[in-house]
Amino acid sequence: MGKNSKISMFDVCNYTIFALFTLACFFPFYYLFINTISNNDLSSRGLVMYFPKGFHLTNYIQVFKIPGLADATIVSIGRTVIGTVLTVAASGFLGYLFSKPTMWGRKFWYRFLIATMYFNAGLIPWFLIMLKLGMVNNFLAYIVPGIVSPFFIILVKTFIESTPISLQESAQIDGAGHMTIFWKIVMPLITPVLATIAIFSAIGQWNSIQDTVFLITDSKLFTLQFILYRYFQTATSLASLLQAGGGSVNLATIQTATSIRTTVSMVVVIPILLVYPFFQRYYVKGMMIGAVKG
Amino acid sequence: MKANPHHHVYTPVSKKRFHLGDKYQLFLMALPFLLLVFVFSYLPLYGWIYAFYDYRPALPLSQNEFVGFRWFTSLVSNEFQREEVFRVMRNTFAISTLGLLTSVLPVIFAIFLTEIKNAPFKKIVQTLTTLPNFISWVLVYSFAFMLFSVDNGFLNNLLINMNVIDQPLNVLGSDNHTWLSMTLWGVWKGLGWGAILYIAAITGIDPELYEAARVDGANRYRLMWHVTVPGIIPTFFVLLVLGIANFINSGFEQYFVFKNAINMEHIEVLDLYVYNIGIENNNFGFATAVSILKSIVSLILLFAANSMSKLVRGEGVI
Repeated sequence: MGKNSKISMFDVCNYTIFALFTLACFFPFYYLFINTISNNDLSSRGLVMYFPKGFHLTNYIQVFKIPGLADATIVSIGRTVIGTVLTVAASGFLGYLFSKPTMWGRKFWYRFLIATMYFNAGLIPWFLIMLKLGMVNNFLAYIVPGIVSPFFIILVKTFIESTPISLQESAQIDGAGHMTIFWKIVMPLITPVLATIAIFSAIGQWNSIQDTVFLITDSKLFTLQFILYRYFQTATSLASLLQAGGGSVNLATIQTATSIRTTVSMVVVIPILLVYPFFQRYYVKGMMIGAVKG
Repeated sequence: MKANPHHHVYTPVSKKRFHLGDKYQLFLMALPFLLLVFVFSYLPLYGWIYAFYDYRPALPLSQNEFVGFRWFTSLVSNEFQREEVFRVMRNTFAISTLGLLTSVLPVIFAIFLTEIKNAPFKKIVQTLTTLPNFISWVLVYSFAFMLFSVDNGFLNNLLINMNVIDQPLNVLGSDNHTWLSMTLWGVWKGLGWGAILYIAAITGIDPELYEAARVDGANRYRLMWHVTVPGIIPTFFVLLVLGIANFINSGFEQYFVFKNAINMEHIEVLDLYVYNIGIENNNFGFATAVSILKSIVSLILLFAANSMSKLVRGEGVI
């Protein structure tokens, strides 16, 4: 009896602590969301605390009328799609090439690549070189530096090396070139790894703000993340944007600093929430493969 | 379908051609990508030269004044600069130390989560606690702002409604406990994710070990302490070593989004400082000198951590 009550006491504490921490992780998402669909006047006074009040969806339409926001959405989507496609293609192809022991100087070039994971020249030397390369205020700065990613290449190479080589060999005997072998034989095999890479790369691209902070001053190239960051820095200029959304004099739906901040936040987080359930099963696998050294 | 009369002739020829040029062909296909690596990872090392100039990007390098080691010596000789660097290093060390101390939390999280036998509950906990890892720091700041701001934040409304306080607290616009709050945000964002590797490690522990201990009369706590903990210590050690290797790379984004005029004194870590003096204030020569020192120290730490790992486990981490 004594022993049983002691164990259940442990369980009670354990469940409670996990429930509280889980709530703490989830509540901010919920809190922002209910504020975006509630009466904007109540929301800006902080009176929407647990449940939506005065439901409406106008914020999600109004917010895209803010100058620059539609452009930023296009830039964010553009860099995510183009960047992800190129990174996945390059990781797959390089992973394949480096899995070939016959490659000229393979050991050296592989180290040449992997070494970049462990050193970097430093922010300012990097910035000055990027400036010289014309990467400042250039959309390519979002894409090109990230195409070759050592970590992803290790993932692919390790995975290819774990698959039977016989398929590749028989295609080789039939006279297939490397391009054909890669497309027809290796690609279908490594799809699960490429899916993992695509998800990580896309989330990285979508969430990135550092490159915009360092390299971009042209407002046409701002991303959603950067615009959102600026909404928290410049409360006064945000107020002037409100007029742009005008037309409505209804206090419940007129845009406020709070409604803009929360709605843009939701716009930024919704894509993540949408893909999250699908890639959850991939990330553990991805991390386990990554733990194996290349 | 026609039989191919050339088949027997062709196969050996094409096979031979394939093998002759193969090694160069493979290299040539990788070459464009290796060039990208060179340009974006190795070429910036050439930028180290700017640390020896009073550099203005608008002028060609030859027209900039060569200053030798002046930027490096000014770190020590110039009293103002010395104090600045001391403050920045203090912030970096404080935040990194707190980060290392909290690196034990994912271990605890994983051990106690394994004790939860209700599968749906466990699934929900894992799903929702991992989620914050996948959002940007800007979004974390957005959450912080909505929950803790002075005028309409959730916390202030809650506490005022409950009559705990009568004046709103300014959590974000204060420099009290900056290091601690930065650490706690890091924990909030990374705890669930950090626990995944440990949960996987626990899953890999041989169930017979638990059986044997149970037969020997071990209770729940003894099983946790004598079977689970030793099972995940190796994983913890590897991650700890990597944490030490990254001691001065405390990061940029988190501090960049949370910084303001009030908390700058304690939030300005090395990366943020380099950004402020270099890109914000255009003092490129000095900022490059600091960047170089940081890169070198960081490399030394990596090798030290690696040797430590070799000494203890007989295996390195790089």
